Amino acid sequence: MNEELLKLIEKSCVIDTKALAARTGEDEDKLAAEIRELQAAGILCGCHALINWDEANDERVTALIEIKVTPHKELGYNRIAARISKIDEVSAVYLMSGAFDFTVIITGKTMREISRIVMDKLAIIDAVESTATHFILKKYKENGIEFVQSADDRRMSITP
Amino acid sequence: MRDDILSRKTAAIPPSGIRRFFDLVSERSDVISLGVGEPDFDTPWHIREAGIRSLERGYTFYTSNAGLAELRREISVYLEKRTGCTYDPKTEILVTVGGSEAIDAALRAIINEGDEVIIPQPSYVSYEPCAVLAGAKPVIVELREQDRFKLTPEVLLPAMSEKTKALILPFPNNPTGSVMRREELEKIAKIAVERDIVVISDEIYSELTYGGEHFSIVSLPGMKERTVLINGFSKSFAMTGWRLGYAAAPHFILEQMVKIHQFAIMCAPTGSQYAAIDALKNGEADVEKMRDAYDKRRLYLLGAFKKMDIDCFAPEGAFYVFPSIKKFGLTSEQFAFGLLDDQKLAVVPGTAFGACGEGFLRISYAYSLDDLKEAMKRLAAYIKKLTQGEK
Repeated sequence: MNEELLKLIEKSCVIDTKALAARTGEDEDKLAAEIRELQAAGILCGCHALINWDEANDERVTALIEIKVTPHKELGYNRIAARISKIDEVSAVYLMSGAFDFTVIITGKTMREISRIVMDKLAIIDAVESTATHFILKKYKENGIEFVQSADDRRMSITP
Repeated sequence: MRDDILSRKTAAIPPSGIRRFFDLVSERSDVISLGVGEPDFDTPWHIREAGIRSLERGYTFYTSNAGLAELRREISVYLEKRTGCTYDPKTEILVTVGGSEAIDAALRAIINEGDEVIIPQPSYVSYEPCAVLAGAKPVIVELREQDRFKLTPEVLLPAMSEKTKALILPFPNNPTGSVMRREELEKIAKIAVERDIVVISDEIYSELTYGGEHFSIVSLPGMKERTVLINGFSKSFAMTGWRLGYAAAPHFILEQMVKIHQFAIMCAPTGSQYAAIDALKNGEADVEKMRDAYDKRRLYLLGAFKKMDIDCFAPEGAFYVFPSIKKFGLTSEQFAFGLLDDQKLAVVPGTAFGACGEGFLRISYAYSLDDLKEAMKRLAAYIKKLTQGEK
């Protein structure tokens, strides 16, 4: 697997084989084939831009929800996760070790909207025992990118 | 006021060629600059943290003149690993304010009025003025493109005389990116021993070599005892603003350098010294990461030049390329100013590093690949105009 290629793609939100070829020094057609393989294998699952919505003056709210469940024969972890994943506003679902079972990340327009999603869509899933909702106040870093640091070139002109 | 109020020696030193160019650059907006000679990476966080911790613990006082004992020990360990030479941390290592101070102190420690110092050019712009200020007569030897900008006995020997006291050996080289390998250094070392001269080996870019590890002249027989090895943290660990370098030299030279250092500087910044201990102990992986990134950019630029049909010697060290623009029929300055005017791209004319830099440009790749890509687009557009005679 071409880890370097994946890292390059991860950093830019478009798959531009020409640019990737310039950067890696590899053949463009070969890269395109490799990308198709990675997509087919479910390794390359999408390309997204990382947007600092706080700075975009967007009022959206993100919450991290801890969920405890009681899985049973008909409804195991995978099927519970599949149900949670079907909720549109859910952007991430993780099975956890420790004091609770799932971490779910939900983005909504308002706190009220998130509460409604938790109450009406999450809590009612059979096997969900309890939920704890934590609202995110400020994002400092996401996907390896620091939001707070200025990316400007801070080098000053100097002699020699 | 009396007309001899100024030091004649100092007043006679011309302002730096790079400065003049960048004063112009700073007056304009939208300019992409590939002129800066310092890493674009931030100092690795754990090194910064070590500096912060030193402040929290109240290490805000002077250190001993020669530098923290622990730092000198770490430098000694590092040098032994890299060169095979054992330097006594107590008597043979001096921590300085950047490599620059070490260059100045080394020259002042050995020069008597009228001694000659051989300075290969193109090279870093400080050597010549420092030599002059120390009272030496600088003797310039030209590094030639046909020699891959390496110093050869053929150009060195004719420049030597009875008065030759020292040779400055600036490899890996700024601005050409040239490095010298063991066999090439052996020839220079032989001359140094035979003619009994001191070598001031500026190895500030030693960690940034591609396709082969740096080899220091001190590793050759008879050289440790006549070499002042200069290195520092600025380039290898991206620590330019911390101002920290060092010199390793035989005790009889180093003790003179310590005198100059203690009366002029006292000691290098304390917080920086603590950070540097961490850099040497834990920074190897960071250096490797940065070196890999530089190498990718180097290869990208060489590829881009090839596409544009620009002649460029393939550099093996530092973070500069030194392409030749001779075929365009312009001087380095004309080309650089034209490029700045026409495409808002700033590169340094080769002449800033000595008259023999005429016909070349120094392009720094201490910039992100995205910046470099945009810059190459602009360079290509400029060259197209030049070759189509639109200018």
